[in-house]
Amino acid sequence: MARGNGSKDVVIEVRDVVVGFGDHVVLDHVDLDVYRGEILGFVGGSGAGKSVLMRSIIGLLPMRSGRIKVLGVDMTAASDSARRAIERRWGVLFQQGALFSSLTVRENLQFPVREYLNLSPRLLDELVIAKLDMVGLDASVCEKFPSELSGGMTKRVALARALALDPEIVFLDEPTSGLDPIGAGEFDNLIATLQRTLGLTVFMVTHDLDSLHTVCDRIAVLADGKVIAAGAMEVMLASKHPWLQAYFHGKRSRASHAERT
Amino acid sequence: MSDTLLEGKAQGGQLKLAGAGAWTAQNARALEALIDGETARAGKLRQVDIDMKQVERLDTFGAWLLERLVRSFSARGCQTNVTGLKEDDRALYDELHAVKPDQASPHGNGQALSYALASVGQSIASVGQSFISFVNMLGALVMVILRVAKRPHTFRFTSLVHQLDNVAWRAVPIILLITFLIGCIIAQQGLFHFRKFGADIYVVDMVGILVLRELGVLIVAIMVAGRSGSAYTAELGSMKMREEIDALRTMGFDPIEVLVLPRIVALVIGVPVLTFLGSMAALYGGGLVCWLYGGIDPDIFLSRLKEAITLDHFKVGLIKAPFMALIVGVVACVEGLAVKGSAESLGMQTTASVVESIFLVIVLDGLFAIFFASIGM
Ligand SMILES: Nc1ncnc2c1ncn2[C@@H]1O[C@H](COP(=O)(O)OP(=O)(O)O)[C@@H](O)[C@H]1O
Ligand SMILES: [Mg+2]
Repeated sequence: MARGNGSKDVVIEVRDVVVGFGDHVVLDHVDLDVYRGEILGFVGGSGAGKSVLMRSIIGLLPMRSGRIKVLGVDMTAASDSARRAIERRWGVLFQQGALFSSLTVRENLQFPVREYLNLSPRLLDELVIAKLDMVGLDASVCEKFPSELSGGMTKRVALARALALDPEIVFLDEPTSGLDPIGAGEFDNLIATLQRTLGLTVFMVTHDLDSLHTVCDRIAVLADGKVIAAGAMEVMLASKHPWLQAYFHGKRSRASHAERT
Repeated sequence: MSDTLLEGKAQGGQLKLAGAGAWTAQNARALEALIDGETARAGKLRQVDIDMKQVERLDTFGAWLLERLVRSFSARGCQTNVTGLKEDDRALYDELHAVKPDQASPHGNGQALSYALASVGQSIASVGQSFISFVNMLGALVMVILRVAKRPHTFRFTSLVHQLDNVAWRAVPIILLITFLIGCIIAQQGLFHFRKFGADIYVVDMVGILVLRELGVLIVAIMVAGRSGSAYTAELGSMKMREEIDALRTMGFDPIEVLVLPRIVALVIGVPVLTFLGSMAALYGGGLVCWLYGGIDPDIFLSRLKEAITLDHFKVGLIKAPFMALIVGVVACVEGLAVKGSAESLGMQTTASVVESIFLVIVLDGLFAIFFASIGM
């Protein structure tokens, strides 16, 4: 929560967005704000459309109507070059990692940097090691291919790649799913540390109640195609909405809450 | 802009460096040059003070370069201090300061000659390797056939029918078209050249024998290698990539039995049928050209064809067909199962599958030619 959180400026502004496939409307007039420097946890049932909203924001899915502004630029109306400039300022961690399978870890991390910046080979190599170190991996994974990595390593490398250009916003799609609880906890800490040191704004789709408790500044809830609530954990816990009650006061939630108190 | 990023003043054994501006990715290249310039300063230095107060923005790129500056002076035995970092930037800098010192892993420093020799050696070894896996697959296939023969109800008929539809039925139009055209072309070329010494009628012999013994089966085998062999490799390869084959194994299925056997049986049934159809289409094309271009009546063509060819010619073609199908199928499946995790390896394996199977089909054709000649067929 470093770097100017006080001003509450809106980094991502989603207004009235409708997205559907055929006659299946997934997002039905969704509104959402993400503020600079916060970690927003985005929750919702499986298949509720969390990934769909994330993909719409980053421009991978067309919207039927609505408006999305990122860093003050209206992405629906932006020219190609304006859009490209914005794309440079975010990093994305996809649900499955989406590392390039025919490139080594080193090449995966260098790929976006080479494309946008003209740096010396020595600096490129040193930065790979520095970035890997920041996500808790050592240099020995450099020459490995993605198929030779474990699930947790894949997530870390994918996070390092998302951070390769020092973005202002990172989108994380279920970063801790498929990790063991200890690994997931470490990953949460990692995200919190990186957020603090790099001053990131983090949009995190997650199901992990521990992550929601420990690292998220705010939580937004998607159900029935709408964002039904957004606010701090206390707001969620106090809410009377049945879905929120079930989600945050269920058995697993109580267990995760009990550990903390 | 770049000249204000970093300025240095040396005083006796002391160096004062002052950073300014944006130490970010955009300026990283210029900054790196300045930093390397400072670290290359000659003379004995005892103390280096780096003042970062004027730096407006710092990102990972800039923070790493600062760290590099500090490390290279420290390595020379200088006392190094960094002052004036903002609180947030300090956190980022500390993060990079904790990066373990240069474990720079060596890469890409091979000599050109040894690299060339190594790649020759590797390709020779890989030829041997693919021969071994070919034989391996044949062996596994025989085992599976024996097992399935004992309990025929375990054979996957649904899968076989599906594959037959894909590799045989759907291939009929393109095979007919291509062999028809080849028949036309051979007849036309034959007529053009044989006419010079008045041997027009022998074109019928040539077309008949060539098509039935060699061309029909070769063209079909090559088409099938390109059309179905590549598809087999890509299918099995992407299943391998996504661990579907491992999943089958863990459920107690034998991938050879479930995936490979029906595909190869489909080819072994399909290719002879396609060969027959293709040969007929080629003869038809040849006859048509003889009639329209060479003035040989269809009646004459047919009676000449009857004299020129025997059942043996026909049999030679059809006997070869299932063996060629076997080669194409086995190579395609071996290559498919050899795919590793990457998209690139899928592409390489698919290419290898087509190239190898066409090569082996032609080699096999040569061996058959020797064999049939020696038994007088
Ligand atoms: N490309 C697509 N084509 C059709 N339907 C899709 C597509 N992507 C997602 N969906 C549907 O949209 C809904 C939301 O999916 P998703 O956002 O992936 O769920 P989650 O919230 O678990 O991430 C699901 O019902 C899914 O079937
Ligand atoms: Mg999802």
